[in-house]
Amino acid sequence: MPSPPPARTAAEVAALTDRVRPPWALGVPAAVGAAFLVVPLLALVVRAPWRGLPRILAESDVRTALLLSLGCATSATVLAVVLGIPLAWVLAKSTHRITSLLRALVTLPLVLPPVVGGVALLLALGRNGIVGRWLDAWFGITLPFTTAGVVIAEAFVAMPFLVVTVEGALRSADRGLEEAAATLGASRLTTFRRVTLPLVLPAVGAGTVLAWARALGEFGATITFAGNYPGTTQTMPLAVYLAMESDPEAAVALSLVLLAVAVAVLAGLRDRWLRTGSTL
Amino acid sequence: MSRRLSLAVAAAIATPLLLAGCGSSGSDSGSSGTTSSAATSSVNGSITVFAAASLTGSFTEIGKQFEAAHPGTKVTFNFGPSSGLATSINQGAPADVFASASAKNMDQIVSAGNAADPKTFANNVMEIAIPPKNPGKVTGVNDLAKSSVKVALCQSQVPCGTVAAKVFSNAGITVKPVTEEVDVKGVLTKVVSGDVDAGMVYVTDVLSAGDTVKGVEIPENVNASTSYPIATVKASKNAATASAFVAYVLSSDGEAVLQKAGFAKP
Repeated sequence: MPSPPPARTAAEVAALTDRVRPPWALGVPAAVGAAFLVVPLLALVVRAPWRGLPRILAESDVRTALLLSLGCATSATVLAVVLGIPLAWVLAKSTHRITSLLRALVTLPLVLPPVVGGVALLLALGRNGIVGRWLDAWFGITLPFTTAGVVIAEAFVAMPFLVVTVEGALRSADRGLEEAAATLGASRLTTFRRVTLPLVLPAVGAGTVLAWARALGEFGATITFAGNYPGTTQTMPLAVYLAMESDPEAAVALSLVLLAVAVAVLAGLRDRWLRTGSTL
Repeated sequence: MSRRLSLAVAAAIATPLLLAGCGSSGSDSGSSGTTSSAATSSVNGSITVFAAASLTGSFTEIGKQFEAAHPGTKVTFNFGPSSGLATSINQGAPADVFASASAKNMDQIVSAGNAADPKTFANNVMEIAIPPKNPGKVTGVNDLAKSSVKVALCQSQVPCGTVAAKVFSNAGITVKPVTEEVDVKGVLTKVVSGDVDAGMVYVTDVLSAGDTVKGVEIPENVNASTSYPIATVKASKNAATASAFVAYVLSSDGEAVLQKAGFAKP
């Protein structure tokens, strides 16, 4: 007996809206949770030395640190993309027994405290490290205390974010399309380049941004492995931390800059990878 | 090895002194006497001592002795750069005692009204720490100016950075470090790991590092020193124990530990 649904009265609509409103037991902790995340950021904005801001930001140290941060984070991300996508592909496609072990190992930096990563890098690539001593002896290359060292520290910490994101997408990608490409005579590399990669491009984008943001914020591994010197290794997070000891106002101003960068990144992503229901 | 032995000897010598200081009213050591009178009343519970990184070894030892002398007390340390510790105290960090590696950082909290009447308890001078194999072939302070020598310094706002800068200016040299560490222990760590050729640290740090580094002395006419003031923090919730700890550091027992560690008398 198909009849159009009766129009709801205003009271019915109100009752329905009321029913989907979160119950107190969820609403209160949710509000506390939101405040917990928002209030500190708000404090940064409220307490920011707005008047002194132009002076602080005009100081050459700040610009140096910001440019160094952006440059290093971008280089680290490029490194992560160039090495991480192939690694993600291998992890997603290989069925070898040691693959799962390898997957656990390469994602370890994701959960490892970054300082520990820095210590590990120092033991591997430091001047007396198990690899670093040969780099020094054969090529005269020492990575600690160099900008390259910063890039390596950041890539070490950030690459797993990209690998995990891309690998997940590769696993859930439609194998049928790859098989179709193969039966049509595409080489394996062509299939990867023309079929697989476009399929997972959104994940590559998301992983790249995640990795970049992680690299930009990297502190522990950087100060441990690359040290701290303005212009070579002192990135923004280091500058913020160290400024907190001598000039808290400057630290707040620097933090504000990083907050603005973060907001800009989120705004840029809003439409692409941060839709409601997205896994990111 | 020899250092542990000497600490053990120091402890062995110090312990009876402590017991005497606490138990007898006829103690001839003035400062120990103050400690004992405080001990009878309300010296118990825990205190947090914010101390310069260069005090790590000696204050840990003094803390143990203090706890032994005053059963029921617990001393927790927060070692770090004096500048950073002073800032965090001024921002309300829960410190009961502050021991700074320079008068300047102590003044920071005194002028903010967070401490009063600091007492100087030690002096320290600089020494160059190098890895035992001396990869940079450093034999004197002038070698640090060479571009081929990788040098680690403390940041300029930390006392060890300020004092190092004074040494360089005395020597008439310019040093471009490869890294500016957060505190003096950070510099020492970079020398121990062998990632730098030299680091400017205190003589006490070279001594505490044992065989892991070698020291290259800085001539007296070039060297610079810093003094270590100590004070109780106004906001302390356990002022009696905090004062007792300060008194202990200033006592002959505290002095013995500090001298063993290489500190000079104030």
